Amino acid sequence: MRERIPSGFDPFVLPFLIGIGFVLLYCALAAMRVLWQCPREDRRRFFLSLITPTTALRNLWDIFANCLIHVKLWRRNKLLGFMHSSIAFGWFMIILLGHLEVFLFVPHRLNLFYYPIFFNYFVAETDTSLRGAFLFFLMDFFLLLILIGIGLAIVKRVRSRLFGMRRTTRPSFLDTVGLYSLWLIFPLRLLAESFTASISGGSFLVKPLNWLLEAVLGSQFLLNPANNLPTWWAYSIVLGVFMVVLPFTRYMHIPTEMMLIPMRNAGLRIRHARRGYALLEVYSCPGCGVCIDACPMSVKKANIKDCTVYLNRQIRRGNERRIEEISDKCLLCGKCTEVCQVGVEGPALRIFQRARRQYAVNPDYAAVNVAPPESVGKVLYFGGCMTALTPSIGRSMESVLGKLGIDYTWMDRDGGICCGRPMLQAGRFPQAAEMVRKNTELIKASGADTLLLSCPICYKMFRDHYKLPGIRVVHHTQYFEELRRSGVLKLSKSDLCYAYHDPCELGRGCGVYEEPRALLGSAAYIVEAEKNRGESICCGGSLGSLSLGFQQREAMTRRALENLTVAGPDAIATACPLCRSTFARYSSIPVRDIAEVVDLSL
Amino acid sequence: MDFGFSLSPSSAIDLDKVDLSLYRRLEQTVPDIRNCIACGSCSATCMAADYSGMSVRKLILNLQRGADVKKMLSCCMLCGKCTMVCPRGINTRKLILDVCRYYSDEKV
Repeated sequence: MRERIPSGFDPFVLPFLIGIGFVLLYCALAAMRVLWQCPREDRRRFFLSLITPTTALRNLWDIFANCLIHVKLWRRNKLLGFMHSSIAFGWFMIILLGHLEVFLFVPHRLNLFYYPIFFNYFVAETDTSLRGAFLFFLMDFFLLLILIGIGLAIVKRVRSRLFGMRRTTRPSFLDTVGLYSLWLIFPLRLLAESFTASISGGSFLVKPLNWLLEAVLGSQFLLNPANNLPTWWAYSIVLGVFMVVLPFTRYMHIPTEMMLIPMRNAGLRIRHARRGYALLEVYSCPGCGVCIDACPMSVKKANIKDCTVYLNRQIRRGNERRIEEISDKCLLCGKCTEVCQVGVEGPALRIFQRARRQYAVNPDYAAVNVAPPESVGKVLYFGGCMTALTPSIGRSMESVLGKLGIDYTWMDRDGGICCGRPMLQAGRFPQAAEMVRKNTELIKASGADTLLLSCPICYKMFRDHYKLPGIRVVHHTQYFEELRRSGVLKLSKSDLCYAYHDPCELGRGCGVYEEPRALLGSAAYIVEAEKNRGESICCGGSLGSLSLGFQQREAMTRRALENLTVAGPDAIATACPLCRSTFARYSSIPVRDIAEVVDLSL
Repeated sequence: MDFGFSLSPSSAIDLDKVDLSLYRRLEQTVPDIRNCIACGSCSATCMAADYSGMSVRKLILNLQRGADVKKMLSCCMLCGKCTMVCPRGINTRKLILDVCRYYSDEKV
């Protein structure tokens, strides 16, 4: 290969240079801003993690698997995964191979930013470049891959169902500009390269197109700079446009995710609604809209615009009215996070938006005096507010524990203090912390070594937000399953067939999927719901939502019931008092808590 | 002159004089508030009733009368039991949060 343009420069590279200069500067400033906004200890943790070999390797692997290959999208839908990874990985390879070409053939040009991108314009093929032939083949292969990906993307605009998506996001105006310029980049590259392919060479894609153009337009026409330069100009301009609009479109997720992954691996979490790590999550949202189909609220068309993808968009726009509306409505079931390919924590983001609100009346529990539980045994049972409202669960718990002869104390049998989770979810952190403090005192004073809970909402709170050294926090499904394994709890299997509903807080919240199933499986037969485990559908009764009214929730509960009863079970079993009472309201078959099922089979 | 006893102040409420601006505002943000039938289910289940005399039924009544609600709210834990038992489906948690938000000491 030899250089065709001695100066190594042509004005057509300018739009590209302006674009890449702008986007790199923007990203560098944004990254510094995020780092500056993070608390000092978070920053330290982040830098330390970057020089820790294991974390650094994990970062590289995660970036490769998530940003380039889109592993999570492949798991969701093969076609969707192929479409995204063909564009992302193909583009990456073209850039990489472009640099390799420059490195191999014109190494003194490696300092020029644009050279690898417009390599085929600046060089002419000589007859001694077999290695080049191989690289040309790879270049054309990846260009073809990208073009297939873009073809699929165009099909997806019209028939998203083929890609496993019922609903997709409505792009904003700038998103559309970004989208069309992205779609144009690669066909224009192909055109530009095929105009000059008789000089610079090419492979199975570029060459035939060059022959075709020659046949139609004549080779003199193609070789005339007045005709082939405009194609390179067009390619450069489209690249420039894409990069200039990138920071203001959903494509900002490409650079942001590369920073989000190392920060998440370093153990950083959201600490502020609009600063630091939270900003990274917001800007990492690719706006794919997978969360729209997943959201339990989207059964009602009116709620579609309240999904996490729109929350991220509104936070970017700073539309306070909509941010408040979206944050307050959410059930905080966590399903959007479960299905999200970049792991945007919709619920946590919303809780922090709620926490920004100022209240004129602030509850204070300092004066509340609750008598510490009289200690009987080593097991302290905390039913929580929701168990108090579903007395049958409390009775079953008492009955089972009694039959097994376990010494226990029911901490809040005659009322007590809430675990604090609903208050925390409402974003009122100081009040929640006050309740945590009160309960911690009571629990520590009891001298128990096991805290048993029958409500997953409380379980999540005690597990994650309380400091109870030496005290084991356990949900009743885990506790009973352990007793069953050790042979203390002997269940007789009834011939009833249950569908098990994974409560949001127990499943997605705490990752407890197996114990309830094992326990239920030894007491009855189980059928699975259509969507289960991590993708189970919230019952609609969640305390997470502040503004959803009773009537608005009905459609959600009915949809969740439909999903549960697909296999035609005799009854529904769940492990959450709130789910139980919500389902019982509309279900045509009995709804029982696992404690009740265990009690019946004991 | 001290007689060793005093008359208790009148508990009559003059609805023409009390400030109902908070209630009017809540009627906008939580329209369900008008559906309350004062059945008292919320009072019966309330966790904070023992500590601060909290009761959503009484809260709504006091709001309609322009009376003070700050004290009873001081121990509400937002646990949501009142919402779950309400036969009229009133979103009591939103009501409570909105009272906390829009409350103003100056009105009394």
